[in-house]
Amino acid sequence: MYRLLIISTVMLLSLFLAAHAQEQTIAFTGATIYPISSEPIENGVLVIRNGKIESVGREGSVRIPRNAEVIDVTGKILMPGLVDTHSHIGGGDGGDRSSALHPDVRIVDAIDVRSDTFKKARTGGVTTVNVMPGSGHLLSGQTIYLKLRDARTVYDMIIQDPALHDGFAGGIKMANGTNPLRQPPFPGTRAKSAAMQRNLFIEAQEYQRRITEAGNDASKRPARNLRLEPIVEALEGKRLVHFHTHRHDDILTILRMKREFGFRVVLHHVTDAWIVADEIAAAGVPSSIIVLDTPGGKLEALNLLYKSGRVLEEAGADVSFHTDDGVTDSRLFFRMAAFAVRDGMSREKALEALTLAGARMLDLEDRVGSLERGKDADFIILNGDPFSVYTHVVQTWVDGVKVFDRSNPDHLPFATGGHEVYRGDFFDHYSSGGLE
Amino acid sequence: MKYFILTATILSLSLLFSEQLSAQIAVKGDLVYTVSGDPIENGIVLISKDGKIERVGSQARVSVPDGYEIREAAVVTPGIIDTRSVVGLAGILNIDHDQDQLERSSPFQPELRAIDAYNAREDLVVWLRNLGVTTIHTGHGPGALASGQTMIAKTWGNTVEAALVDSVTMVSFTLGSSVGANYGGNPGTRSRTVAMLRAEFIKAQEYMNKMNSGQAPSRDLKMETMVRVLKGEVRAMIMANRVTEIMSALRLQREFGFQLVLEGAAEAYLIMDELKEAGVHIILHPTMVRTNGEMTNAAFTTAGKLYRAGIPFTFQSGFESYVPKTRVVHYEAAIAVANGLPHDAGLRALTLDAAQFLGISDRTGSLEVGKDADIVLWEGDPFEYISRVCTVIINGQIASDSCR
Repeated sequence: MYRLLIISTVMLLSLFLAAHAQEQTIAFTGATIYPISSEPIENGVLVIRNGKIESVGREGSVRIPRNAEVIDVTGKILMPGLVDTHSHIGGGDGGDRSSALHPDVRIVDAIDVRSDTFKKARTGGVTTVNVMPGSGHLLSGQTIYLKLRDARTVYDMIIQDPALHDGFAGGIKMANGTNPLRQPPFPGTRAKSAAMQRNLFIEAQEYQRRITEAGNDASKRPARNLRLEPIVEALEGKRLVHFHTHRHDDILTILRMKREFGFRVVLHHVTDAWIVADEIAAAGVPSSIIVLDTPGGKLEALNLLYKSGRVLEEAGADVSFHTDDGVTDSRLFFRMAAFAVRDGMSREKALEALTLAGARMLDLEDRVGSLERGKDADFIILNGDPFSVYTHVVQTWVDGVKVFDRSNPDHLPFATGGHEVYRGDFFDHYSSGGLE
Repeated sequence: MKYFILTATILSLSLLFSEQLSAQIAVKGDLVYTVSGDPIENGIVLISKDGKIERVGSQARVSVPDGYEIREAAVVTPGIIDTRSVVGLAGILNIDHDQDQLERSSPFQPELRAIDAYNAREDLVVWLRNLGVTTIHTGHGPGALASGQTMIAKTWGNTVEAALVDSVTMVSFTLGSSVGANYGGNPGTRSRTVAMLRAEFIKAQEYMNKMNSGQAPSRDLKMETMVRVLKGEVRAMIMANRVTEIMSALRLQREFGFQLVLEGAAEAYLIMDELKEAGVHIILHPTMVRTNGEMTNAAFTTAGKLYRAGIPFTFQSGFESYVPKTRVVHYEAAIAVANGLPHDAGLRALTLDAAQFLGISDRTGSLEVGKDADIVLWEGDPFEYISRVCTVIINGQIASDSCR
């Protein structure tokens, strides 16, 4: 019965989304296009229709339909919208202090689509974001992948995933190291943290076994367990585990747990990545890293250096970036990649890390992250080199709809700030207990 | 005797050390920003044995004398000056062991000296030095009515004495909600905060009157410091971000006549006329400050607006409670330059303006003959994200020599 409900919900959602999609064919000409999935194109053309990319290529090699609106963006850079693999925008929260493990908590139930943090993120070129519940738990809840469309309700932003029970694409947020260490019911040590996390996976394995054994016999099926359902989805590989971690041994603990239970995992922050880059690469596990101006602030972050992106690239591991907004500012997401380039990461990999690699880490690489025929028309237009401080995102488009235009006086303040521009919505890791 | 030998050894070692490090250096740059004058293409700076700038000019006119060690870079600038930091008192670990920027026993402690808590070997100091910050105005942080004093140090030298440029530079005051938050809700309101400060200033006036009348009161370290503030010998640096707090700070200044410096000033752009009339210097909040609480209305564009209005300002790294544990002052200036502040004004705010504001422009802040050789060698435009700092020279000594 509830499957029927899900299907009808999904259908209803598709109607909502269809109403938002752009129908007019638009051709962007003259820009240098970075498709990410292929070499940069000088004098490129991008054609979009119905919110999708119709074609990308060099001028002359791409047919521009006669009815198309042509927008000349000569001298600009056009590239995919940025994918932020770990953010706290949207005014959400997550698990509370009642438990160290909150697999049943969904951040989607706490998103305020009118939060100005979404508007800020669009000015930085972010078009897809993994909003994480948090922080300071072994498991803070279910994450939600959002597209930064103009939205009336959260349904205008979510991405459908029919493979999941509730139909909303998202992952699981877990953490180890010192953030979750506190008074009971939280763990007091690292080993206890791992034991509690393993116990949850073992419980879920058992639940999964009982469901499998019941087969189609509804009478034998165990009662729905909201805590274990998403963990089973993780065990089945339908839901990625996004794992906050800093120290080298904590990173290895995650790789060990992954081998034991077979879930798919993305490492987050990964401060000591440059120390265990070979182990990370050998495990085939991707890293979503953060680069901060200065290391420190807590013991685990003493090794947080600009070089992690380069070292992971050299080791052959997949790398993306995340803002962890409000730790860093979504408006300046490019800045983070630039600091990785400063310490030797290749420009190509750094651009991929901001886009396609991030899409891979959210299982969205078929829809976003590169400019290819059939993918979502999510792209940004820059007025200069992506890694220059002087470059601004001048336009941000999601599903073929312009959601930010720097030349629009109503939009510009969200890029620069000012009097009563923001409401001060802010996820503060410090007061949420991240440091305790 | 044993002590004598030890002392003698240390002395001779330190002499040897400084002798070795003070080799004569010639710095060549494709572009040399002297800041005091026009940028010099293919410029050169010669550093004398005593660590001072000996000559500045174009390579066509100034040749490298024999025996000078040569360092070359695309861009050469004076050392960067951070006009408000807490590093050295605040450390990288962020545990009680290394957090001395705010004493929580009482909200009014102007007598606390920065020199008694400054750790010259602090990792954050080293981090900033390696990125080209050569001078810091640092000390007690915001968050108390009066948290204590500040000082000026070079980021080079293993003790506070070796690093020190000025021992008592300002007293750090704060208006706004952070004071109550740090001291158990007392003061609990904006008005109470100002009332408490006024009471202290009035006490200080009475103390000063007693001193002047020849009937010296028994020594009171708090009041001694406050008298120095009242006399204008030590400036009052007041953290004030919202218009309400900024106006209160100006009102206090008018009532008691001290030398006022505004710190933060997130909403400065709303009251430019008043600020200009008051002639007050602003140590502007970090450009990338998080826009919550009293900083909700902060803007990337404020530095540019202050510049165009002719209001004197400099940049700061400020105080950070979590990660990253310190900001880097020229990273903050870069975002201002990308949002309306002219490039040359940005660089001057980080160097010569900062030195003049701090009263140390006879020693640093520009590449001029006779000043300390505080020089940064960059791969490119100092404001670009990807321009690394490859050599940092402080007092004529090579303080860092690898690209970061």
